[in-house]
Amino acid sequence: MTFFFEVLIGGLLSGVLYALVALGFVLIFKASGVFNFAQGAMVFFAALTFVGFTEVLPGWTGMEPGSGGVFWLSFALALMSMVVLGIATEKVVLRPLVNQPPITLFMATIGLTFFIEGLVQAIWGNTARGLSLGISDEPVMWMLDEFDMMISKFDLIAAGIALVLFVVLALLFQYTRVGRALRAVADDHQAALSVGIPLKHIWAIVWGVAGFVALIAGLIWGARNGVQFALTFTALKALPVLILGGFTSVPGAIIGGLIIGASEKLAEIYLGPFVGGGIESWFPYILAMLFLLVRPEGLFGEKHIDRV
Amino acid sequence: MKFSLRNTIVMGAAVTGLLAGGVAAAQEQYIGLPSYRVGPFGSNGASLFGGWIDYMQMINERDGGVNGVKLTWEECETEYNNARGVECYERQKNRGATGNSAFQPLSTGIAYSVLDRVAQDKIPMVTIGYGRTDAADGRVFPWVFPMITTYWSQASAIINYIGSKEGGNDKLRGKKIALLYHDSAYGKESHAVLQRLAERYGYQLTMIPVASPGNEQQAQWLQIRQLRPDYTILWGWGVMNPTALRTAARTGYPREKIVGVWWSGSEEDTIPAGDAAKGYVAAGFNPAGTGFPVIQAIQEHVYASNRGNMEDRSRVGSVLYNRGVVHGIIYVEAIRTAQEKFGKGKPLTGEQMRWGFENLRIDDARLSALGATGFMPQLNITCADHEGAGVVKFQQWDGAKWNVVSDWVSGDRQLVRGMIEESAAAYAAEKGITPRDCSKEM
Repeated sequence: MTFFFEVLIGGLLSGVLYALVALGFVLIFKASGVFNFAQGAMVFFAALTFVGFTEVLPGWTGMEPGSGGVFWLSFALALMSMVVLGIATEKVVLRPLVNQPPITLFMATIGLTFFIEGLVQAIWGNTARGLSLGISDEPVMWMLDEFDMMISKFDLIAAGIALVLFVVLALLFQYTRVGRALRAVADDHQAALSVGIPLKHIWAIVWGVAGFVALIAGLIWGARNGVQFALTFTALKALPVLILGGFTSVPGAIIGGLIIGASEKLAEIYLGPFVGGGIESWFPYILAMLFLLVRPEGLFGEKHIDRV
Repeated sequence: MKFSLRNTIVMGAAVTGLLAGGVAAAQEQYIGLPSYRVGPFGSNGASLFGGWIDYMQMINERDGGVNGVKLTWEECETEYNNARGVECYERQKNRGATGNSAFQPLSTGIAYSVLDRVAQDKIPMVTIGYGRTDAADGRVFPWVFPMITTYWSQASAIINYIGSKEGGNDKLRGKKIALLYHDSAYGKESHAVLQRLAERYGYQLTMIPVASPGNEQQAQWLQIRQLRPDYTILWGWGVMNPTALRTAARTGYPREKIVGVWWSGSEEDTIPAGDAAKGYVAAGFNPAGTGFPVIQAIQEHVYASNRGNMEDRSRVGSVLYNRGVVHGIIYVEAIRTAQEKFGKGKPLTGEQMRWGFENLRIDDARLSALGATGFMPQLNITCADHEGAGVVKFQQWDGAKWNVVSDWVSGDRQLVRGMIEESAAAYAAEKGITPRDCSKEM
């Protein structure tokens, strides 16, 4: 039974990290109705830009490599880059496509994916890099000694950071003027415009916040597996989370992430041996598909009702 | 028709250029490079193809080419994608004065995809350290050269290495060995040999697949933790490798007990893993380092004049860069060998290059002359044996660099060769191929 709980807890922690990537999708979809296919590329862009700055800043500024100053300055510069990228995307790619069918916007974000992937590698190169956040990547010894259970210290702290981010964003949405405006835009663009909410301004903020989320996700996933092109694949982990949790719900992304994370790990261990193993990549999609049959709008998604 | 002075000059220059190009082309050996520098494996491809191009550049700069024949090359981006690989093959096969003289896709998937085409088009396919293992039987696969060491030889050499750590292969009885593999044709290539050796030596083999790309391995490493294997063989590629090392550290599995294959043993695998990679051991058919005279020659003749291919110069001398140089050496030596027979100073066709590869001998004396002693094993390709060496060295990552920790280790040559012939014979029967009689091709 210990092993079952070990797998379950490990899966839940991974699920929180999937939810972190899914959150970027939710933010943009909520505010603009755009399914941003480029979110994975944004995660890669953010992490590589951060690492790139940590490499060049000591030479530019004379600061000690690996020092706190380099870390925070790189973080600030990477964040600025993400905000600029987000705003530029909104201005150059999406604004000219206002009122176009959703599929057009979706296709535009596919093109954007290739552009972002190419741009960031052209700037910083395509070499795989390591990234240390100073969080030790080893089991929690207390859990190991008391319960013979391996729980990763890194995953635990990363999940904590992600949860703090979720809470901050939830508060932002709920209790600030910008948050209320964001929710109004998400509910009805036309109505929001009619009461004087600056739609374009709000979209720029949302893309900027999505860039910030991508940076946090990029740093955590980059520290976990290294900063390399494969970071773009984290988006693939987020898709079933979105289907399950709904495209418009922040709590849905969290719950969806937890369900996907736990179920894929348990499936790999307990079902995998019967079907040849290696099922982790497709099992979440099967689960999400089954879920779609029962609840097409996801767990927390808004029910779509057409009035005739 | 009105001719202006400007148009006349431009036309004249164009005609002169074409003529000059035509004359130059006759003295050039075209080599199509189906490389990959973008996508999930772009980082690996950039180092390997960078090393290969730098070596050819060095031959052109230092020696003026091979017996006066300049090497020319053209890259075609495959993104490690089978369909694009086939497209590159078709695009390049008729380029150059004599067509593409050899095809080397650095992808087992692409190699399988063009297996039949290379025989039809008479273009040798060279798969150094990857590809279809039974193609080492040159009697059945005359156009394919899985040189230096095949996956099966490598798997067997790894078992021998583990055996040596335990005090002999007889001590493997009752030991647990886990194989953590990329769930693809590449990852499954070793299964047959490892199972056969498990029957022979009595170790318990557990095979655990990782779905591509392998950026999440929590479940697999929890299985390994529960199993508590004495050794884990890591058969990965790309992001799967650093993720494996990271997750192993997270589950408390000792990295010294992980033995990687050569596509899991480069700086691209260990640097992203950080401290988690310290102590990890991996096989390789070339060591890392810049101390070899051949690498120093590249630095002197190519990088000193800023003509190097590597954007990140710190990767010169890395495992994959040096492997690219090994590719360059093999190509150049095959050209040299073929020119001995078909005429020095002439570009070669695919058929002539095939002869060059099949008669390639690189002994210790030649390695020394090339400045590559200890850089790659001796190579002796024959009509029947397109592998030619079958040995690997093991290197250990100390947190900053790879250190060689073994001499050349051979696999069970008899067992592996038997399996290769068995499998090649089955392929020949399936395809209706009559194997060549090598005694008549001397």
